[in-house]
Amino acid sequence: MIGRNRLLPQTSAGWAALAAGAVALALLPLFAPAYYVGLVTTAMIAAMLALSLHLLVGGAGLVSLGHGAFYGLAAYTVFLMSPEGAPRPIWQTLPAAMLVAGLAALVVGALSLRTKGFFFLMVTLACGQMIFAIFHDTRLGGGADGAYLAKPLLSIFGFTLDPLSLPRAERGWPVYYVALVQLTATYLALALLLRSLFGSVLEGIRVNESRMEAMGFNTGRYKLAAFVIAGVLAGAAGHMWSLYSGFVNPEVVGWRQSAEALLMILLGGIGALVGAVVGAFAFVALGEIAQMITSRQLLVEGLAILAAVVLLRDGFMGLKPPWRGARSPRGGGRESALR
Amino acid sequence: MSIAIFLSQILNGLQYGLLLFLIASGLTLIFGVLGVINLAHGSLFMIGAYVAFLVVKASGSLWLALPACVVVGLALGALLERFLFRYFYNREHLDQVLLTFALILIFEELRSLLVGNDFHSVPVPAALDFSVPITAGFSYAAYRLVVIGVCLALAAALFWWIERTKMGAIVRAAAEKPEMVDVLGIDARRVHMTVFAVGAALALAAGGLAAPLTSVYPNMGDGLLIVSFVVVVIGGFGSVSGAFWAALLVGLIDTLGKAYGSAFSGAAAGGLGAALPAMSIYMVMILVLVLRPSGLFGGRS
Repeated sequence: MIGRNRLLPQTSAGWAALAAGAVALALLPLFAPAYYVGLVTTAMIAAMLALSLHLLVGGAGLVSLGHGAFYGLAAYTVFLMSPEGAPRPIWQTLPAAMLVAGLAALVVGALSLRTKGFFFLMVTLACGQMIFAIFHDTRLGGGADGAYLAKPLLSIFGFTLDPLSLPRAERGWPVYYVALVQLTATYLALALLLRSLFGSVLEGIRVNESRMEAMGFNTGRYKLAAFVIAGVLAGAAGHMWSLYSGFVNPEVVGWRQSAEALLMILLGGIGALVGAVVGAFAFVALGEIAQMITSRQLLVEGLAILAAVVLLRDGFMGLKPPWRGARSPRGGGRESALR
Repeated sequence: MSIAIFLSQILNGLQYGLLLFLIASGLTLIFGVLGVINLAHGSLFMIGAYVAFLVVKASGSLWLALPACVVVGLALGALLERFLFRYFYNREHLDQVLLTFALILIFEELRSLLVGNDFHSVPVPAALDFSVPITAGFSYAAYRLVVIGVCLALAAALFWWIERTKMGAIVRAAAEKPEMVDVLGIDARRVHMTVFAVGAALALAAGGLAAPLTSVYPNMGDGLLIVSFVVVVIGGFGSVSGAFWAALLVGLIDTLGKAYGSAFSGAAAGGLGAALPAMSIYMVMILVLVLRPSGLFGGRS
């Protein structure tokens, strides 16, 4: 039956929890200091990138290590459209950034989806590194040092909101709420997609691609469509990053960006779409906490990730409250020793 | 663009390619035998460079530093295998990516904690601080020739180990059909530990050899890691001889591309053509993968 997907909440209580989370995020600026409003904005942007990647990883079982390239390409699109001092309205930059990211994803996907498994990982990585080389080695986007850009104007239907006109403590709010709206929209769009026939076919491909082929589905087309959609959504996240930071450098395109997005999915839990969001928030919080207690931030992060991968086999979303018991829905514990 | 410059670029390419081979051979063995994607392999290269730097600072001799790199590499590899990687063989590739990414962070921070974040240069040994005249108008740094020689010697030892010893035969068998090794009652754990230790030692040795050439700095293994993966893919997974030829190919393409690429693309530095040299090796890899998925030199399909 179409309409359900294992990545989405299975009960209305689950949906209610998600809605409560969104409301909590909407109310946060009223109570939190400006610094944390900015921090949560970065977490929401990271969550958008991780969500878009999760369509490939969780939805279709395609592990890409080049997803950051579409994110970075979108941020660079904003830079190329609006160099320092010449801002453009968001209704021009956002579609353009998503379009560029989507076209790039179409090319990269057409090439990389000819391979499977680890080779797919390598080809996406290589494509990402090629895009990295364009921005790192040429002066197209400010070279290796990066460049400042004019943040897109928050204008719609002729009305423009200038954050600088707000009281000092509230200047981060507009970007925060744009990010929240975009994050919510990304999640809902992916949820609708996963509940459709398209999502079911992707799930079928993840479980057994040749069976889907035998059933008459052109699996290559479905995978390419998923790859392009994920690229477009990553582009929206990259646009958000340029709107927030006003700065681009080749790091936004690099492979570490892609690896971190993957990390967030695994940290949050690969078995649920919202795991990408949980993982992104956990990752950002981890960095922040590590920075508070020590200057050795990476060490704490590394050890925490190590502990997570050793102890939490299904990420944070795999943690069950004690009253639920430890039994998994399928009844079995670990898979049997036979591989 | 004289012939002498061209010759020196060829030698540079060979030397870079051979260093790549030391890193990529460990990577391909670890992937082929253990099935582990080790993103932290670039960090092992960096650790080798820092070990060389510390030993040279303490003793003044690079000749002590290289054996030190090998010993530290063997020990570190064995420890990592015994206490971490052993528990990840049956886990998904994604978990291994996560684990090794965490290791990168930890190694980076430990390096910063112990040695700091400064750039350091490691002097070329005084005995080798001269140029060897090769033709009338062309001479080449002696140390670079020694690096080529040491790499070739290490490569020969590796091939001898794999092709001529009993352990090597087991390693080859394990890369080809791991179930058979289990069935034959060979202690797979010892094989795994040996392979990981040898792979790590090769990466550290590469770092130690490269230290006087490139200077020693944070994240120095990052770029090499990706290039080594390219070598592994072009050479075919688990194939050490494939990695050898692929490493030379990539080393030459990269070096010659950087030396002559701007002349071909006709663009000034900073133009769009400037990205071509860095892109060329990835293009080669994608071509290989699309046309010949088992790798250019891999026998198996």
